[in-house]
Amino acid sequence: MSNTRPLIEESKDNIVWLDNTLDFVLSSAKALAIPFVGIVVFLILWTAAAQSVKTSLGQFPGPAQVWEQFGSLYTEHQAARQKEAEFYDRQEVRNAKRLADDPSYETKIRAFTGKETFLDQIVTSLVTVMSGFLLAAVIAIPLGIAVGLNKTLNAAVNPIIQIFKPVSPLAWLPLVTILVSALYVTDDPMVAKAFIVSMITVTLCCVWPMVINTSVGVASIDSDLVNVSRVLRLPALKHVQKIVIPASIPMIFTGMRLSLGIAWMVLIAAEMLAQNPGLGKFVWDEFQNGSSSSLSRIMAAVVVIGIIGFLLDRGMLLLQRWLSWDKASATR
Amino acid sequence: MKQFKVVKRLVLSVLVFTGVAINPVHAEKLGYPEKDELTFGFIKLTDMAPIAIAYENGYFEEEGLYVTIEAQANWKVLLDGVIDGRLDGAHMLAGQPIAATMGYGTKAHIITPFSMDLNGNAITVSNDIWAQMKPNIPKMADGRPVHPIKADALKPVVDKYIAEGKPFNMGMVFPVSTHNYELRYWLAAGGIHPGFYAPHKGDTSGKILAEALLSVTPPPQMPSTLEAGTIYGYCVGEPWNQQAVFKGIGVPVVTDYEIWKDNPEKVFGITAEFAEKYPNTTIRLTRALIRAAMWLDANDNANRPAAVKILSKSNYVGADYDVIANSMTGTFEYEKGDKRDVPDFNVFFRYNATYPFYSDAIWYLTQMRRWGQISDDMPDDWYFDLAKKVYRPDLYAKAAQSLIDEKKAKAEDFPDFATEDGFKDPQKHFIDNIVYDGKMPNAYIDTFKIGLKSGDKI
Repeated sequence: MSNTRPLIEESKDNIVWLDNTLDFVLSSAKALAIPFVGIVVFLILWTAAAQSVKTSLGQFPGPAQVWEQFGSLYTEHQAARQKEAEFYDRQEVRNAKRLADDPSYETKIRAFTGKETFLDQIVTSLVTVMSGFLLAAVIAIPLGIAVGLNKTLNAAVNPIIQIFKPVSPLAWLPLVTILVSALYVTDDPMVAKAFIVSMITVTLCCVWPMVINTSVGVASIDSDLVNVSRVLRLPALKHVQKIVIPASIPMIFTGMRLSLGIAWMVLIAAEMLAQNPGLGKFVWDEFQNGSSSSLSRIMAAVVVIGIIGFLLDRGMLLLQRWLSWDKASATR
Repeated sequence: MKQFKVVKRLVLSVLVFTGVAINPVHAEKLGYPEKDELTFGFIKLTDMAPIAIAYENGYFEEEGLYVTIEAQANWKVLLDGVIDGRLDGAHMLAGQPIAATMGYGTKAHIITPFSMDLNGNAITVSNDIWAQMKPNIPKMADGRPVHPIKADALKPVVDKYIAEGKPFNMGMVFPVSTHNYELRYWLAAGGIHPGFYAPHKGDTSGKILAEALLSVTPPPQMPSTLEAGTIYGYCVGEPWNQQAVFKGIGVPVVTDYEIWKDNPEKVFGITAEFAEKYPNTTIRLTRALIRAAMWLDANDNANRPAAVKILSKSNYVGADYDVIANSMTGTFEYEKGDKRDVPDFNVFFRYNATYPFYSDAIWYLTQMRRWGQISDDMPDDWYFDLAKKVYRPDLYAKAAQSLIDEKKAKAEDFPDFATEDGFKDPQKHFIDNIVYDGKMPNAYIDTFKIGLKSGDKI
């Protein structure tokens, strides 16, 4: 008796285990396979559609041509790095020669004068979007908390937010450009004007969703929590720190995720219009070039812009999950 | 000592203003550049080549200049960049420094020590207009149209549009651009009125009395604007005419070489303040540009294919190799398949192309007066003075002489600096056979059938 039961149990366990594994494999296969099928179908449709579209710049690029462009963009990047190294070598030789002729000369190393590559443009765009976004967060979250806590302030600020929220970045851009050139005057600028212009435009467009979400989050804190704070007679700052912020973190993050998405879209448009360095300028330059590879290079940029936008969003989601107590809200 | 310096500068400027070419003394060794990190702007056109070549062949670096080259969105942005100091210098339309110094548009004292090229533009019309023009053009034995094609062939088409009440729109790149004056010259020579400007009345659209309405479109956008049907034709530099042929959306009908043989095109513009503050830098950048121009024309254009390869990179002009090569290597494709030899379509150095002649500046001024951008009559001396304020052969001569002294250039490739007065001999070879003498601007203005003459005011 003592022999049979464990056997049955064991085999049952095995079956359960097998069943579970199978379930898991199937479900994860399903989870992976369906998006995979989706992508494959999309690529096939894209190839088919591309073949039937003839533009003035030749055939519309299919996935194969775009993939090829990724290769050549990378080769160009490496060639540029090589050129950069040679540039510095030549400069050193020249500096040394001048120092020999003119001992009073203070040698200095000038930055590489070559053009940014596609990879450089990606980095520039990322740095710009993150700076603009962080600046917006620094402004929006305290403002949102203040507005959420104080009904009078909310009534005063709300109309302004509602009016500015739907304004397109392209409307802000000329104003920002002129203001920055007027106000940011130094002989030896730490950062380029173009960078400031893009950054402020991004900030102006992504500050609003954060303010709104933060204030809504703060205003809708569970009254029990507020009462606890009252009972404990927490000072205002402690109240914000211990009760308000933890309780409204999910909403704050929802706002931040929205904002980051907007920031990324705004940045590309701003770079394009203002000829500021970044992916948007890359796209615009290729459009202007009008060469036979321009369309596939633009498509390559579009794919990269999409992937980066997706990764930024996922990144915010992970951060939200990690910081938030209400795990349910993070999956939305 | 200081007084002596002031006197010296005064004497120098008097000499410059009175047009006495200063014979460059086999002077002291050229000093190091005062400013060595520079940013130059350009528009995506093949005639920016001297800047690209001076960079790629290391001529800038050999002068100790570390130059960043940046494409600009349009001519206005480019000019504003030079004026506000974002750019140290730029590839400019010949009319831009003149208009800026005169105060037409943004006022700023811009000078040019270096003329960048001759010719290089063409007029393209859409396929539809070409089909309507073609019956009016005489044919050669092999059936191809006789060149040069005059605007007489376009006249009936424009008349038909006017009769139907449809505006006949054409594109050019800037109100003071070579292209604007060339297109106007060609149209007017064929009896089509391109319209007057009246800046004193606040009218800078240039459409008063116009039969063909000209408007501004940035060069790289010309083909797409034509394709969209917004304009029926345009005048622009390369590669944007050849691209219309490649894309099959239009037909170049006439090159500016045929409108005015060896006409001056772009110049390199810097502010007068820059030249004064950084004299060594100015001479050195001029030296680098002269060397680049020499390289571009050396051995009968032998280096052109290499130049085209550089220009087709996406950070310079960025169009396909074949499109750029079409005009840069001595041929020009008109109607698809009708490829003809135009060896001088792009001239960068020969025929003293880089020397800033006063007479070139004065031609632009005569056209500005002809079309009303200069509202009032001006004495001949006014034309000479303005030309001398903007065009600076003295700086050019200094740069060229130092290259000759270093055996990097040959003296016979340049004008004789001791005797050159900056005026070309009277030039024939205009499409309407009118002769241009830079020493008589007002008399020249009076020879045109269409256009303002002495005493006229809108």
